[in-house]
Amino acid sequence: MSNVNTLYSAKVMEHFQNPRNVGDMENPDGLGHVGNPVCGDIMELYIRVKDNIITDAKFKTFGCGAAIATSSMVTELVIGKTIEEAMEISNKAVVEALDGLPAIKMHCSVLAEEALKSAIENYRSKSE
Amino acid sequence: MERVYLDYAATTPTDPEVVKAMLPYFTDSFGNPSSIYSYGQENKGAIEEARTKVARLIGARDEEIVFTSGGTEADNAALQGVAFANESKGNHIITSSIEHHAVIETCEFLEKRGFTTSYLGVDKYGLVDPDDVRKAITKETILISVMQANNEVGTIEPIAEIARVAKEAGVYFHTDAVQAVGHIPVDVNELGVDLLSISAHKLCGPKGVGALYIRKGTRLTPFMHGGGQENRRRASTENVPGIVGFSRAAELALLELNQEPERLTNLRERLIKGLTERIEHIHLNGHPKERLPNNVNISFEYIEGESMILNLDLQGICVSSGSACTSGSLEPSHVCLAMGLPPEQAHGSLRLTLGRWTKEEDIDMVLEVLPGIVARLRAMSPLLKSQR
Repeated sequence: MSNVNTLYSAKVMEHFQNPRNVGDMENPDGLGHVGNPVCGDIMELYIRVKDNIITDAKFKTFGCGAAIATSSMVTELVIGKTIEEAMEISNKAVVEALDGLPAIKMHCSVLAEEALKSAIENYRSKSE
Repeated sequence: MERVYLDYAATTPTDPEVVKAMLPYFTDSFGNPSSIYSYGQENKGAIEEARTKVARLIGARDEEIVFTSGGTEADNAALQGVAFANESKGNHIITSSIEHHAVIETCEFLEKRGFTTSYLGVDKYGLVDPDDVRKAITKETILISVMQANNEVGTIEPIAEIARVAKEAGVYFHTDAVQAVGHIPVDVNELGVDLLSISAHKLCGPKGVGALYIRKGTRLTPFMHGGGQENRRRASTENVPGIVGFSRAAELALLELNQEPERLTNLRERLIKGLTERIEHIHLNGHPKERLPNNVNISFEYIEGESMILNLDLQGICVSSGSACTSGSLEPSHVCLAMGLPPEQAHGSLRLTLGRWTKEEDIDMVLEVLPGIVARLRAMSPLLKSQR
């Protein structure tokens, strides 16, 4: 199927159509929940942590194509990273990995970063 | 891939008959209608013939039609024109909270110039109550503007009743009829309006041309300055090919008006019924009966509009949404919000609008494809889980 949509990069569309790591996680070690219905994006990010390394990540997202693609990408970026490395993942890194986002969709990448930070904070608060 | 176009409220394909009518005016009859020689004068004649055809579609007199660059200009010219010409009488405008941005943002502009606006609320179907209009009128009110049919949800407003209220109070009444003209019968005298906006590209005419109906005797300051065209009411060399194309589109629309609304209403109902049977947790937005024959607007709970649009586009189906994510703002559709829809349902709305080339197979294609898309997106949604 040809992709003639010029709003999003091919990478964004690819992640939108085949999102990685989508779904629930039983008893996650960390759960991040960000966004609100008014702005139209809600992300939930779940992480599994073993020996300070994120071994698995899953997401569920209500939102536009960019919101789904950034959620998918952030789970890809975070798996295999240490907690400290994961904390360094910025929205810019997510955008770059997706070959860019339209200016009006940048807030989606911010939301993805916030979802990750929120999941890590939740993990840290539990393990304290 | 065969494309299924279901966004006729955004724009329509230009009818080949219309294109045919326009073509001679680019290369052969290219003269400036203001010129004295025959090249110019024959185009003057073409414009006047076009005026008659457009006037006929809405039951107006020829001289009450002013050609514009489209619906947006017609709305701007009507609102600013009446406001500035009647400043000495008052500074109050009444409109609805579900108007097109061409009206709302013009009112906001006028507010910066000393005018005040009352934005009337609507009921859950998007209907304006003529009684609310009556109550909002003050001795300062100079203009009421309520759209004939809403562009997002298709609700048809009680324009004749509102026009009566306006007339009793001696206040000018404008209606943005961009979505209505050519789709349902529109007669300026039956409606009793003073000003009415039309856009050609919503009725299978070309883009970049429209008209403002101005009832004889209406006081209006011209919106464009710099020439005597359109009886000094709209300066600028006339868009002759556009105007001719518009008039051919008006003729074709008038011919169709006795059977096309019924055909489209049947397709509309097939789509609404089919989706309701196949997909749970959906709601029709807008009025079930007082509705444009070609408009379907449905909210799909737990999911967002743009992601549905992108998925449909990948299957060759073109539709639109009231979601913020398609408009570049963070706020969902002001129309959905005004009707009292919760924000997440406003974000999850899809608008499918049908037209001249829409066939039953197009509707069936949507019915085949959309349930799977909705299911896939719902499986990704954190909202659905929290509702369980």
